[in-house]
Amino acid sequence: MAIVEPRTTERAPEPQRHWLVEWLTTTDHKRIGILYLLNSFAFFFVAGVFALLMRTELAEPGRQLVTTNGYNQLFTLHGTLMIFLFILPVLVGFGNYLVPLQIGALDMAFPRINALSFWLLPVGGLTILSGLLAKGGAAAAGWTSYAPVSEQGGAGQDLWIVGLVVVGTASILSGVNFIVTILRLRAPGMTMTRLPVFVWSMLATSLLMVLATPVLTAGLIMLFADRRLGAFFFNPAHGGDVLLWQHVFWFFGHPEVYMLILGAWGVVSEILPVFSGKPLFGYQGVILAFVLITALSFSVWAHHMFVTGQVEYPFFSATTELISIPTGVLFFNWLATLWRGRLRFEPPMLFALGFIALFLIGGVDGVWMASPAMDFAIHDTYWVVAHIHYVLFGGTVFGVMAASYYWFPKITGRLLGRTLGKWHFWLMFCGFNLTFFPMHELGLRGMPRRVADYLPDAGWSFLNQLATAGSFLIAVSLLVFLVNVVLTLRRPPDAPPDPWEGNTLEWATSSPPPVHNFDRLPTVRSNRPVRDAREQEVAR
Amino acid sequence: MSTVELTRDERAVRQTSGPVLGMVIFVASEAMFFATFFGAYFTIYSVNPVWPPAGFPRLEPGLATVLTVVLVASSVTLQFGVRAIRRGRDRGLLRWLGLTILLGAVFLGLQLYDYSLLGFSVRDGIFGSVFYVMTGLHMAHVFGGVVFLVLVLLQGLGGQLSDASHDSLEAGAIYWHFVDVVWICLFTTFYLVGLS
Repeated sequence: MAIVEPRTTERAPEPQRHWLVEWLTTTDHKRIGILYLLNSFAFFFVAGVFALLMRTELAEPGRQLVTTNGYNQLFTLHGTLMIFLFILPVLVGFGNYLVPLQIGALDMAFPRINALSFWLLPVGGLTILSGLLAKGGAAAAGWTSYAPVSEQGGAGQDLWIVGLVVVGTASILSGVNFIVTILRLRAPGMTMTRLPVFVWSMLATSLLMVLATPVLTAGLIMLFADRRLGAFFFNPAHGGDVLLWQHVFWFFGHPEVYMLILGAWGVVSEILPVFSGKPLFGYQGVILAFVLITALSFSVWAHHMFVTGQVEYPFFSATTELISIPTGVLFFNWLATLWRGRLRFEPPMLFALGFIALFLIGGVDGVWMASPAMDFAIHDTYWVVAHIHYVLFGGTVFGVMAASYYWFPKITGRLLGRTLGKWHFWLMFCGFNLTFFPMHELGLRGMPRRVADYLPDAGWSFLNQLATAGSFLIAVSLLVFLVNVVLTLRRPPDAPPDPWEGNTLEWATSSPPPVHNFDRLPTVRSNRPVRDAREQEVAR
Repeated sequence: MSTVELTRDERAVRQTSGPVLGMVIFVASEAMFFATFFGAYFTIYSVNPVWPPAGFPRLEPGLATVLTVVLVASSVTLQFGVRAIRRGRDRGLLRWLGLTILLGAVFLGLQLYDYSLLGFSVRDGIFGSVFYVMTGLHMAHVFGGVVFLVLVLLQGLGGQLSDASHDSLEAGAIYWHFVDVVWICLFTTFYLVGLS
């Protein structure tokens, strides 16, 4: 047994350091969480501007704005930055801030590794972006960077590889950190079956980060070896296998899409019960669904490769369809949570409901595409673009916005404005559907993705104009969000510790929490300890 | 303190030290990393009618067997070191740890020598590509392990390790054994499979 050293509660006063130094050297999980969020939204902005440039180019036939190579760089950087530097890090950022609070811990298990895994992100992201300065421009082979296209290209492609290895390392380290934190640092009484759903979702995400990310790293090293060391992994002329890249990439890539959505499922599963005044319906069913999806996600990768004709259709089609069962369980439980609840339509709830509606459409798209016959018809068309955005924007980004409105008072001590919040929601909901719903039809009419131009008589012009108009509506909605944040931050702090009548431990401490998180920890006897404490208070 | 019931599993996981648990999970990640390369190797193996492809010699397992013995021996010596510190004998630990690091360095040197004897390079065809990339990445891991163990040795020389507190050594040992296992897989794949 280790010897317990007597700990003094009062420390020697530390010398006052400049606030910038404080933030740059911090190992406090809350500050690192905030840094994650700021960094993620910065990359969201950059990648969003790239999206607007693409939509502007596509507004009418002919090329107006960018060269074809420039367009290739735009969609490559848009996808790469959104996926690796916005969606995953923003969820990990909320996780960083909230997981220790929700399990009643002081900090993450490895605070310095936590800081390292954050700081690797801007380094990796800027490495990828720095390709714009390279001769021939940034990476232009798409976020999937299929060989042999990715075997060509200039230094931009190499910077993309190096940047992603750095970002992937950050992912692995933070995954290890989350798992150890959740397994070892839970407050007394916080058993695994009392763990908040969001924490479970981060545990599942972390497992995927730890087990799937190294597969991408390995693939990237093979690609780099081919490009710069003269190896032949993906070169069939010298005995390599060009499809190997697709196998390796999607063996990582499909678990990756669950890394990008699990956290949002966790957020929504936290918010719906609070704003319905009811417990989450079927807590254990939700957890089981998370676990099943995490496991199944490793068995479906080749459904991305149906058109290669080189994969086992029945197997990959069946495993993909299987995923819809636990996902259906989630939908059932969310709807049952709402059923006969006292619904409060605050901004977090609006975004959570928007999430359910839009993610359902994205999910149903996915069930269609799991059929090889259907997939042959719509592979690499705008249908796929519609699907991925219904899942990742309609799904995850709406979940992220729900989380932002829900936890903003905890993080800053101020409630975001309700009216502007509702404007934000409705503008984003309309803009989103206007942008991405027509893309289903564009895909069915055969418009290929990743092409800068189309013919005027293809019959695609009107739907493209709708999509472009919608994309600018999304931009306006995000501007409303930004204004809301700025106006709110200029007000004095006014948020009580528990503004929403929450369930989980983060609402048991002040808003924002002190450095040590909790002055007093409530006893944990269920998966809703703060509600238990509130009821005890009322009973007294 | 109120009565808080923890299940046996929960007690077990809480008693595992953070660094050791973290290293176990990290090693799982590393296992996926190397598994990807083995998957790639056997995919490429299956698309080539002749293996090794024409122009490549069949690898002689002689020197590689010595490498295997050296690395496996280093795992054994390291485990003796772990046993010593668990029983509070820190002098014993330092001796075994020093020997382990020496064996690791010998492995690295011998493998470079082995490379120099091979008549092909990474650019000479697909076999050269997979051979050098896979063994090279393993070598980088051995190098990382040696650096890790040197840092642990410095901790030991500074008197920071004791029977109650030597997580860094336990974690380092898990990593070192893992790297050892990867080498055994590489040795089997490149030198033994298909040997008549």
